[in-house]
Amino acid sequence: MTGLLTVPSRVTGATRRLHVGLSLAWLFIGLLVLAALVPDLLAPQPPDAVDPAIALSTPSWDHVFGTDELGRDVYSRIVHGARFSLGIGLGSTAIALALGVLLGVVSATAGRVADSVITWFTNVFLAFPGLLLALLVVAILGPGTLNVIIAIGLSSVPGFTRLTRGQALVVRDSGYVRAAITLGQRKPAIYLRHLLPNALPPLLLFATLYLGAAIVAGSALSFLGLGPQAPTPEWGSMLADGQDFLDVVWHITVIPGLVVTLAVISFTVAGRDLRRRFEGRLPDAVR
Amino acid sequence: MTTARRLLGRLVLALLVVLGAATVAFAAIHLTPGDPVRAILGTSGPSQQLIDQVRAELNLDKPLTVQYGLYVRNVLTGDFGESYQLQQPVVRLIGEQIGASVQLALSALALALLVSVVLAVATAGRRPALRRISGVVELLTISTPNFWVAVLLLTVFSFKLHWFPVIAGHGVSGLVLPAVALALGMVGMFTQVLREGMERALGEPFVLSSRARGSSETTVRVRHALRHAVVPLVTLSGWTVGALLSGAVVIEMVFNRPGIGRTLATAIANKDLPVVSGVVVIAAVVFTVVNFLVDVLYRVMDPRVGRFSR
Amino acid sequence: MPSADQPVVSVRDLTVGFRTARGHVHAVQGVSFDLHPGRCLAIVGESGSGKSVTARTLVGLTGPNAEVEATGLTLDGQDLTRLTDRQWRSVRGRRVGFVLQDALTSLDPVRTIGAEIGEALRNHGLATRATVHGEVVALLEKASVPDPERRAKQYAHQLSGGLRQRALIASAVAARPDVLIADEPTTALDVVVQAQILELLGAEKAEGTALLLISHDLAVVAKLADEIAVMRDGRIVERGSAEAVLRSPSHEYTKKLLAAVPSAHPKGTRLAGPRTGEPVVSTKDVVTGPVVEVDAVSKSFVGPDGVRRTQVKDVSFALQAGRILGLVGESGSGKTTVATMVLGLLEPDTGSVRVLDRPWSGQRESRRRPFRRHIQLVHQDPLDAFDPRYTVERIVGEALAAIGRTGDRRAQVTRWLHRVGLDEQLLDRRPRQLSGGQLQRLAIARALAAEPDVLVCDEPVSSLDVSVQAQILDLLADLRADLGLSLLFISHDLGVVRHLCDDVLVMSDGEVVEAGPVEDVLREPAHEYTKSLVAAIPRIEDAFPEESRVTT
Repeated sequence: MTGLLTVPSRVTGATRRLHVGLSLAWLFIGLLVLAALVPDLLAPQPPDAVDPAIALSTPSWDHVFGTDELGRDVYSRIVHGARFSLGIGLGSTAIALALGVLLGVVSATAGRVADSVITWFTNVFLAFPGLLLALLVVAILGPGTLNVIIAIGLSSVPGFTRLTRGQALVVRDSGYVRAAITLGQRKPAIYLRHLLPNALPPLLLFATLYLGAAIVAGSALSFLGLGPQAPTPEWGSMLADGQDFLDVVWHITVIPGLVVTLAVISFTVAGRDLRRRFEGRLPDAVR
Repeated sequence: MTTARRLLGRLVLALLVVLGAATVAFAAIHLTPGDPVRAILGTSGPSQQLIDQVRAELNLDKPLTVQYGLYVRNVLTGDFGESYQLQQPVVRLIGEQIGASVQLALSALALALLVSVVLAVATAGRRPALRRISGVVELLTISTPNFWVAVLLLTVFSFKLHWFPVIAGHGVSGLVLPAVALALGMVGMFTQVLREGMERALGEPFVLSSRARGSSETTVRVRHALRHAVVPLVTLSGWTVGALLSGAVVIEMVFNRPGIGRTLATAIANKDLPVVSGVVVIAAVVFTVVNFLVDVLYRVMDPRVGRFSR
Repeated sequence: MPSADQPVVSVRDLTVGFRTARGHVHAVQGVSFDLHPGRCLAIVGESGSGKSVTARTLVGLTGPNAEVEATGLTLDGQDLTRLTDRQWRSVRGRRVGFVLQDALTSLDPVRTIGAEIGEALRNHGLATRATVHGEVVALLEKASVPDPERRAKQYAHQLSGGLRQRALIASAVAARPDVLIADEPTTALDVVVQAQILELLGAEKAEGTALLLISHDLAVVAKLADEIAVMRDGRIVERGSAEAVLRSPSHEYTKKLLAAVPSAHPKGTRLAGPRTGEPVVSTKDVVTGPVVEVDAVSKSFVGPDGVRRTQVKDVSFALQAGRILGLVGESGSGKTTVATMVLGLLEPDTGSVRVLDRPWSGQRESRRRPFRRHIQLVHQDPLDAFDPRYTVERIVGEALAAIGRTGDRRAQVTRWLHRVGLDEQLLDRRPRQLSGGQLQRLAIARALAAEPDVLVCDEPVSSLDVSVQAQILDLLADLRADLGLSLLFISHDLGVVRHLCDDVLVMSDGEVVEAGPVEDVLREPAHEYTKSLVAAIPRIEDAFPEESRVTT
C-alpha cells in the first residue's frame, strides 16, 4: 500500500487491554464531532476576536490555551477549527472510498479490458508517492479548503481502488460465489447479494482507520499554507503561524499539534476497535 | 529466458509509469488556469511582441498534441523546461537540491530501520506487558504528524537547550533533528510490520521444527523469524519512499533545510509548474527504480517468489 | 544404547492442561507408555484426541500455556519434568528427533534444505562450518534423496512432497537421536510417496531407533507399528500389540475407527453404522443413458512464469445415469480442472462437454443458466463454500429460490437438513459455528435442494476425520440409492473411491491412463501408474496377511 495510506492495517493484542484508552478515544471523537457541529456550545468566545493587548499570552484561566500573535483565543480557534480538520478528513475519505470502491469493483468484475485499464492507471498513480499527488492537485487547483479535500481524496483513490479490487477478487473467486453460479443465478444478482456485502465492511473499516491519515494530510497541506486561508482557524495553519514565535512562546504551536495527534490516535484506536469487533464476521482472506 | 522476459516486462512497465507521470505533469501544466507566459514575464504589461517571442520559444504556439510529444521527448532526455520563477533549467535546480534530500532520507531510513529491528526482536511474542509498551510506541509514532514532531524537537533542543542549530546547515549537527523527525513516523510502521511478521513466523511449524532440533531462542528469532519479517517490510518500500519524500517537504520547511522538498513547496506556492512537474516526474522515476530494486531484493529474500512476477 | 527390553522413554500418568481464556482445558489425562529401542509405538486418534500434545511433551514444546504433570517422564532414566531450557535444548534433536506433518511448512521456506539439516548438526556441535556440507549430503543420501549435492542447495518448495519429507526426516535424525517422533508424517502425501516414507521410517527403526508414530489413520500405522495405543479425548482407550488391536479390538471406539476405514471393507458396506439421513423417495422422472458426456477435452493455462502448460489432455468419458464415477489422480493431475469444465465454469480449449444430452460447453451463459441447477457441486473446503454472513436457512434457501420454490422456506430447508442428517436446530447458525462434518453435510443439502441430476464432488471428504469421512461416504451412497443421483466423485484416495464408486478413471499428468469398472481396475491394473497407486493403498489386512478381515 502506498500513497497516503499510512494507516496500520492490523490489530495487535496490545490494544485489546486498553479499555480506558478506548473509551477516551471515543469520548474525544464525540467532542470533536460536537465541536464541528456546534462550536459555540464548547467555546463561547469568538475565534477571530483580535486583541493586540493580550497577544502571545500564555495559558491562563481566561484563555486556557493562551492567545496567539494577534491576541485571539487559541482554545476558541481550536474548537472552531474542528469543523475544517474533520471536514477535510471526512470529505476526502468519502471521495476516496466512493471512487475507489466503484473502480475496484468494476475492475474485478467487468472483464479483462476494464481490469487492465484500471489496474494500469492505479499503478501509474500509485507511483506518485505520498503527499506528492495531493500537492500536484493543489498546485493545479490552487489552495483552499475544498481543493485540499479534492486533492487528498483524489490522491487516495488508487489505494482504495487496489484494496477494493483485492477484496472483490477474493469474494469473486470464493466457493460461495461459485455455488451461486452453479445454482443458475445471474452475475449482477450474485454481485449484489454476495460480493458487495462481503467486500464492503472491511473497506468501511479501513476508511475509519484512514480518517486519521487524511486529517494529518490535511493539516500538513495547511501547514504548508495550501489549505484554508487566513483567518480560518485550521489546526495545521495555526501551527505554522505559531512557528514564527517559537523562540517566544510554545503554546501556539504545541497545542494545535497535540490536538491533531490526539484526533489521529482516537480515530486509529476507534478504527481498530471496530475492526476487532467485526473481525469474526469477515471472510478469512480479508484479514 | 523467463527471467529475461520478466525483467523486460518490468522495464516496460517502469517506462510506462514514467510516461504516465510525464503525461500527468504535462496535463498539470496545461490544466492550470492562467497563462504560463504571464507567469514568466509577470503581469505588468509586457509587449505583445515579447509575449509572442516567449510563446514561440516555449512551443506554446504549436498544437497541444505536438507540445505533448515535445514535452515527453524532452522529459525522456532529462529536460523539464525552465522554471517560471527563477528562469533556470528545472534539471539544474533539482540537481542542486537533491543531494541534501537524499542525505536526509537515507539517514532517516537507516535510523528508523535500526530502531525498529531492535524493538521488534526484543518484543515480538514476549510477555503481554512488553508487547503493550511496543504497541503504544507504535501507535504514538504512527499517529503523530511529523511536522509537529519537527516543531517540538526544534522547540526543545534548539530553542530551549541550544544543542542543535535552529537553521540546519550542512554539518552533521544540522542533520540530527531533521533525520530524527523524519525517522520517527516510520519507526512505528516498521516495528509493527516487523513484529507482526515475526510473531506470525514464530507460530509456524518450521519454527517448532527448528526448536525440536535444539535451536536456541536467539537462533530461532534471528535466523528464522526475523528473515520472514523482513519480507513484508520490503513490500512496504513504496510506502517508505512516499513517506520519505512527502516527509522531506515538510521537514525541510520546518528546519529551513535546502532540498527538493523545499523547492517543491516553494514552487507550488508560486505556481511554478515546470518545477512542480519536474519534481513529480523525478519522484515517480525514483519510486519506480526503488520498486524495481526492491522487487529484485524481494526475490533474493524469499526464494519462493522466484518464478513469479507479482 | 540401552538394551532392547529396557525402555528408552518411560511415561507414567501424563497429564497436560492448557490455560486458556475460557479456563483450564485438559488435553491429555493419565497417559502412560514406554518406548523401546528398535520398536515402534503408534498413537492413533482423531483431531483433538491429544495425540500431538502427548508427542510434544517429549521434546518440551507444548508451549508456554501448558501445564505438564506426570508421575514419571524419563528419557534414559533422566527426569524430563525438571529440565532447564538449556538442558531441553541438548535433548531436542540430539536425543529425541521430531518430524512434523507437513514438510512444506515445517522446513523454513527461505532457507535451503542444507541449512535446515545443518542446523541440527551445528546446534549440537556435531559439525563445523567446514564439515557441515559433507555431513548434510551424506544424510540426504542416507534418506535416499537422489542427487543430494544439488538438493542441499535447494529450497523446500523446489522439492517434491516426498523428497521434502525425506529432507525433514533427515534433519530430525541428523544428530542421531535414540528416539524419533513422527507426528502424522505421511498425511499430506500421495499414497505412493506415503508408502516410501513409511519405509524410510522403518529403516530408522531397524537401526535401533525407538519410534513414536502419531497418526489418525489405522491403515497407515499397521505397516510399521509393533504396539498401538488408541487415544480419544485425552485418554488412551485401548492399547496392545498392533496385531491384537487391529484384529480383535476390544474398545467400541477402536471398532468404530476400524469400521470407518474404507479399504478394509467390501464395497457397499456401511462404514458408520445405521443411516443418519431420512430416506425420501424421489418423485422425479428417472433419467437414463449418459448424463455427462465429455469428449476429448483439453485445457491449458499460461502459468505465472509465462509458460503455457497443458492441464488436461484429450480426456473423454461418460457418466451414466445413477452411477458413481470416480476420478482419481495426484494433486496437479488435472482432475479438478476436468470437474470445473463439467460444471460449465471453465471452457475447454478443444473438445466438448454435454450434460443431460444437451450441448454444455461453448454455450452462451444465458442458454446454460436455466439448466445449471441440474448439475451441482460439493467442493473440498466446506468453509469457503458458504457466504460467511448467511445462516444455514438462508444458504439452503438460496438454492430453493434459485429453482423457483416458494412457500414456507423454513419448513422446506428443514426437510433438506433432515435428509442429510442435520438437526433443524442449526437453522439459524452461521457456517463458522459448524463442524467440518456438519459443513460438508450442509454443502450436500444445498446442492440437493436444487434437485439436481448430477452431483460433482471434489475431494468432499479429504479434510475430514475418518469417522466423519465414513458418515459422509455413507450419506452419498444413500442419496444415490434414494434419488437415483449420478455422481462424479473426485479423490486422491483410491480406498475411498473403491468403496463408493462403480467406475473409475485414473488420471496422471492431465491424461486418462486407465478407465473401467472400479473392481476390475483395482484387481488387475494395466497401467504402471495405476499399479503403483494400487500397491500403495495402506491396508490393514496386508500387515497380517494370513488373517481374514476385521469385522465389527
